[in-house]
Amino acid sequence: MDTTFQWRHKHLIGLAELSRQELEFILDTAKGFEEFSARSVKKAPTLRGKVVVNMFFEDSTRTRNSFTLAANRLSADVIEFTKTSSSVNKGETLIDTARNLEAMGVDIVVIRHSAGGAPKLLSRSINACVVNAGDGYHEHPTQALLDAYTIRQVRGSLDGLTVGIVGDIAHSRVARSNIYVLTKLGAKVIVVGPPTLMPGKIEQLGVRVSHNLDEVIEELDVINMLRIQFERLGGNMFPSVREYSHFFGLTVERVKRARPNILVMHPGPINRGVEIESEVADGPNSVILQQVSNGVAVRMAVLFLVNQAAALQGENKTGKSENQTN
Amino acid sequence: MTTRILIKNGRLIDPANNVDRVTDVLIEGDRVSHIGPVSACDAYLIKAAGKIISPGLIDLHVHFREPGDEEEETIASGSAAAVAGGFTSVVCMPNTSPSIDEATAVEFVHRMGRQARKTFIYVMGAITRERKGQELAEIGLMSQAGAIGFTDDGSGVQDASIMLKAMKYVSMFDRVICQHCQYNSLAGKGVMNAGYQSTVLGLPGIDPLAEEMMLWRDVQLVRKCNCKYHAQHLSTIGSVKIMREAKQMGLPVSCEVSPHHLLLTEDMCSDYDTNYKVNPPLRTKADIEALKQAVKEGVIDALATDHAPHLMSEKELEFLAAPFGIASLECALPLYIKALIEPGVIDWSNMLAMMTCRPAAVIGVDKGRLGVGDRADVTIIDPEAEWTIDANKFISKSRNCPYHGWKVKGKVLNTIVAGEIRYTAAS
Amino acid sequence: MKKLLTKEQIAQTLDELLSKILPDIPQDGNFAVIGIRSRGEVLAKRLCKAIEAKTGRDVLGGTLDITLYRDDLNAPKGNNQPKVRATEIEFDVSDKFILLVDDVLHTGRSVRAAMDALTDLGRPKTIRLAVLVDRGHQELPIRADYVGIRTEAPAEQSIKVYLMESDGKEEVVID
Repeated sequence: MDTTFQWRHKHLIGLAELSRQELEFILDTAKGFEEFSARSVKKAPTLRGKVVVNMFFEDSTRTRNSFTLAANRLSADVIEFTKTSSSVNKGETLIDTARNLEAMGVDIVVIRHSAGGAPKLLSRSINACVVNAGDGYHEHPTQALLDAYTIRQVRGSLDGLTVGIVGDIAHSRVARSNIYVLTKLGAKVIVVGPPTLMPGKIEQLGVRVSHNLDEVIEELDVINMLRIQFERLGGNMFPSVREYSHFFGLTVERVKRARPNILVMHPGPINRGVEIESEVADGPNSVILQQVSNGVAVRMAVLFLVNQAAALQGENKTGKSENQTN
Repeated sequence: MTTRILIKNGRLIDPANNVDRVTDVLIEGDRVSHIGPVSACDAYLIKAAGKIISPGLIDLHVHFREPGDEEEETIASGSAAAVAGGFTSVVCMPNTSPSIDEATAVEFVHRMGRQARKTFIYVMGAITRERKGQELAEIGLMSQAGAIGFTDDGSGVQDASIMLKAMKYVSMFDRVICQHCQYNSLAGKGVMNAGYQSTVLGLPGIDPLAEEMMLWRDVQLVRKCNCKYHAQHLSTIGSVKIMREAKQMGLPVSCEVSPHHLLLTEDMCSDYDTNYKVNPPLRTKADIEALKQAVKEGVIDALATDHAPHLMSEKELEFLAAPFGIASLECALPLYIKALIEPGVIDWSNMLAMMTCRPAAVIGVDKGRLGVGDRADVTIIDPEAEWTIDANKFISKSRNCPYHGWKVKGKVLNTIVAGEIRYTAAS
Repeated sequence: MKKLLTKEQIAQTLDELLSKILPDIPQDGNFAVIGIRSRGEVLAKRLCKAIEAKTGRDVLGGTLDITLYRDDLNAPKGNNQPKVRATEIEFDVSDKFILLVDDVLHTGRSVRAAMDALTDLGRPKTIRLAVLVDRGHQELPIRADYVGIRTEAPAEQSIKVYLMESDGKEEVVID
């Protein structure tokens, strides 16, 4: 770890704006949190007296629990604010809601929202740190960080690896954040899916586009299967779940044709039998549960770092200085 | 006693009459009475040395939100903003609530305009009832009440057969039919240009094809019924091509372009700043270049602001939820200068033609020139004045202006409407 | 800048430290040496080796990262942002005699953080503190059990320990 490096971001909105060094710094920091789960006391006093609010405008048990656990392990107080509303336009505006929470002394806002850009909007409007827990089709930075972390954990490094991201790339924030972190850390990325689920000009992000999983499966060191939300996509993007699985599902057959040590990943929740067969999801190549455990460490690191950056900025403003600990 | 105004030693640019020379302009009552050297006389004197005297500017495309959304803008506030921007005539769009889709609504807008007594207010009526694209509105009665054209602006008429009927019917009254070209089925729930930026931001995009296909369709319909057709705020390379070809075919078509489509690109949405959310959306650099080329060739007839005021509280929303629109009436002139004159695309005379006589021709009104006997709508411009756009100082009720803080050149000094000085810039 | 200890003097000081520690080491083997990152870690490893050499027995060693337990996390100095690294203690600390090792004892805050971090890992029987330099100015009721050298430097001066393994040179300076 570079000891002179300084983390300066009090918000984590996306990975697009982070450098390789910054991304590696987050992952290195997360490493320091990895052993927490094995401790008898799974808690450090780091964020004691800090208030973290989980503002979730969209359903997500997994990500919210992971953030809550991460905040709790750092001794922060956590407020759960859940408001699932299909219409973002009705009632109190996002900014008003956030300012109200801030007035209660919130230090870090973790936000999940169905509209891309909501965390950015928030970061411009309030003083608290903002951590993006997934916004629309924009970014899901902590998910991608934990994915990268998991790959690094198993393979040591991402340099030179080929990672396939399969599924609905167009409507996936996980895909976008993954593309940024993986390419910056030296991996090659192939996005795989039908043209109807491929966003325009995606190749400008430095990835290869394929519409044929069978053609690329043998090249992959890692395969990340995105969840297909058929209920949301309707019959517009592909004709049927059966047809989708036939062409893009990760079956035992396909895994057999892949490299023997291929890592199988999935951001969850899994649609067994749709994008991934149960035998594969639970098989020896799967690191899906490892991803979940690493999620807590990565989110601890993120909460720790944004709070640090905020403290640094506050320090620079007031100009006071404390004795160095020794 | 008639009032007299003498504008002394200005550079009179009157594109309709091919005039570009330094001279004096004398106004008596609501008419221009003399052009040429005038010795001292009993008149209010405007010293215009080094300044441009232009026929009053005409904006074919504004949203003054009245009736229905008076908190965003009223005809009074919009009119005051218009003269501050140098506009002596503006054309109000009918997408108010309720829509301007019958004669009394047309009369209402006119009356509010007269009461405001700032700029001259024209209004376009809706093509279809409630702008729903289904049944024709009372186009004839609205024409008689003074509507100078028809459009469902805010959306396009989706159904080709209804558009064809509307074109045929409008032509009976010798009015222009205008279109906000956009196929909803292709535009979907898009909030910005479909392209690299929309992919990065994860926002639904509006493909240029949504605009181009409807424009192409409309041109085919015009070929069939030969009515006077105007395409509003064109924004893409493809649209330029279609329009150029339609004109080469000799069809009675015209089109306009807005300042933001000449100056701003989709890249500016990258911070989710909703002041850049506009419909048609901001496109790419290549589109801007194509539009400028079209301006140069004369394919574009008019410069129109599409002044679309919105409250700050509406714009302070998620990009997906915020309304479309940019308020630019008060800074439009320097924006056009920046887009077209500073890079040498066209000269002053050609630019002013696109803001005076050419838009007047689109809506078929007897305005946009400045000869003896013409109505005294005059805009006096300091082409060299440098200033910084400050949205907080707008007379308009709204501040949704992405140009806030821009340093610009060219300033409106006086706006004279029908012989009355309706605006004088603070010195 | 003044040199407080040379390379040779550091070695000698560590030897003296070792001789003070050895008699206290429990005979039952329930003993571990834990260094505080980052220079305490280096010193702990050296002490570990030395103890193993003297006693002929394997000694448990570990490293403690105290970043998360620091009390100045919310008031960091501009160029001294703490970095989190892993705590590497692969054994249960409960019921053990723990020798905690750091390079300099100053305010006592690091030691306080280290004790908190240690007790979060379990319940040691005894914690003893060994430092290379005790420079005084403690702000907490914390004292070292084994001290290499003591020095009374003014509070505004800083004492820097450089060790071969972490810094590529070996000396203690004051400036």
